[in-house]
Amino acid sequence: MKQRAINVLNALAVFAALVGVWQLILWVFQVPPFMLPSPRAVVRAAGARFPMLLNSLAITAEESAGGLAASIVVGVLVALLFAQSRWVRKMLYPYTLLLQTVPIIAIAPLIIMWVGAGIPAVILIAFIISVAPIIANTTQGLISVDENLVHLFLMHNASRGQLLFKLRLPHAVPSLFVGIRIASGIAVIGAIIGELFAGSGRVGEGGLGYSILYASSQLQTDYMFALVLAASVLGFGFLFLVMFLEWYFLHRWHESARAPEAE
Amino acid sequence: MNSKAGVPEIELAGVTKQYGNAHAVLESINLVVAKQEFISIIGPSGCGKSTILKLIAGLANPTSGTIRVDGMTPLNARETISFVFQDATLLPWRTVKQNIGLGLELEHAPNAHREKEIAALLDLVGLKNVAKAYPRELSGGMKMRVSIARALATNPQLMLLDEPFAALDEMSRDRLNEEILRLRAEQNWTAVFVTHSVSEAVFLSDRIVVLATNPGRIHAEFQVELPAPRTSAIRNSPQFDAIVARVSHTLRETLQS
Repeated sequence: MKQRAINVLNALAVFAALVGVWQLILWVFQVPPFMLPSPRAVVRAAGARFPMLLNSLAITAEESAGGLAASIVVGVLVALLFAQSRWVRKMLYPYTLLLQTVPIIAIAPLIIMWVGAGIPAVILIAFIISVAPIIANTTQGLISVDENLVHLFLMHNASRGQLLFKLRLPHAVPSLFVGIRIASGIAVIGAIIGELFAGSGRVGEGGLGYSILYASSQLQTDYMFALVLAASVLGFGFLFLVMFLEWYFLHRWHESARAPEAE
Repeated sequence: MNSKAGVPEIELAGVTKQYGNAHAVLESINLVVAKQEFISIIGPSGCGKSTILKLIAGLANPTSGTIRVDGMTPLNARETISFVFQDATLLPWRTVKQNIGLGLELEHAPNAHREKEIAALLDLVGLKNVAKAYPRELSGGMKMRVSIARALATNPQLMLLDEPFAALDEMSRDRLNEEILRLRAEQNWTAVFVTHSVSEAVFLSDRIVVLATNPGRIHAEFQVELPAPRTSAIRNSPQFDAIVARVSHTLRETLQS
């Protein structure tokens, strides 16, 4: 408990130092506000348009969550398929790497053409770039079961289904969470990138990425900074939520289950 | 248990096991284990001790030769066999209770029967007060007790034990050896016990089979004639020491050959 308080204080001290450096740069180099606004201007801009900021945050949160949820469902299903045979794995695994390396910016126009601009397109983009780590980690978890445990199940004439749902799947849950943790960060980034291309049906109203683009075109640099900060908060919130769930589900039995405050 | 009278529990005839084109792991093994006999298999590393267990369990197939368990093929006899592995091989996400019930659960035993069986076993192996604990909270010796309880839960006729106590300290090992004898006296299963420890083999067994290596083959057999019931005190008797000395001597021969 005491350690946690010290950690929080340290983090706050670093934050204060960063704001100090920021302010110092403004004073020393006399940077014009449209290039780098002062911390106070950013807070003021955020306050003045708080409902709008919150609305953008909610839209991006929804898109990220949608993309991540789709990644978890599809990723686990694909991993279950991959766990069935080495042959399937060898044949299909390269394509999951393709998902990871596809230049999302290049295919964004295609996606907009297929599903139209707006939230569904953004969810699709967030999904495409966040599904690979879930497939990879879950597959690894499903197939890395101790041979003796498989033998134990065989000795009791376990069916294929029992092997999968009573042995492989529970064994893969910690790896699944590693995948989700990685994917959660990427999904938020994916949603913001997606919004830059497929942002919104209506002018002036959309998620964080869209609003950042819009604010930059209006030279509202202070509000842009506020949006960027909101995006960071969102990413952090996602990661924290995932880590909490991981701890909640695993701490009773898994050796490496970490407490949410451990990272 | 529907064991057939007169049929030996295990019969290996001319069993050879070879992986690919490499030299044979086991060569012409002939071994008959009577019902309710307790035999130990001992030998240097790489002599195929564990492979024999896997063959009897049907987890591996012999390259040539035949194996019968209670007159059946190993696969058909599986329901009557329990395997205890070198590591406790518990499912870490299950409590002690749930781990013990695993075999019954996989074999679709009715719930009421399962609960009754688990409760009795928790009592029998002295794990009642950790029934709801997870494996990571247990010591090595306790994990092994859970593993043994899980094996006993399906009411086996044949227990195959693959160096189950190798990783334990001597005190836990001695205690569990005594427990194994007590459980066996109550339940009358047949046992094939693979071990590295001569004194463990002598303490537990009716008969000891010494394997030689390269290729794995039966080098010698010893009938262990110690009075029953065996208690921990027997370990200090001159009789016990004499048998240990004889087996150890033979074991050393296999290393020199």
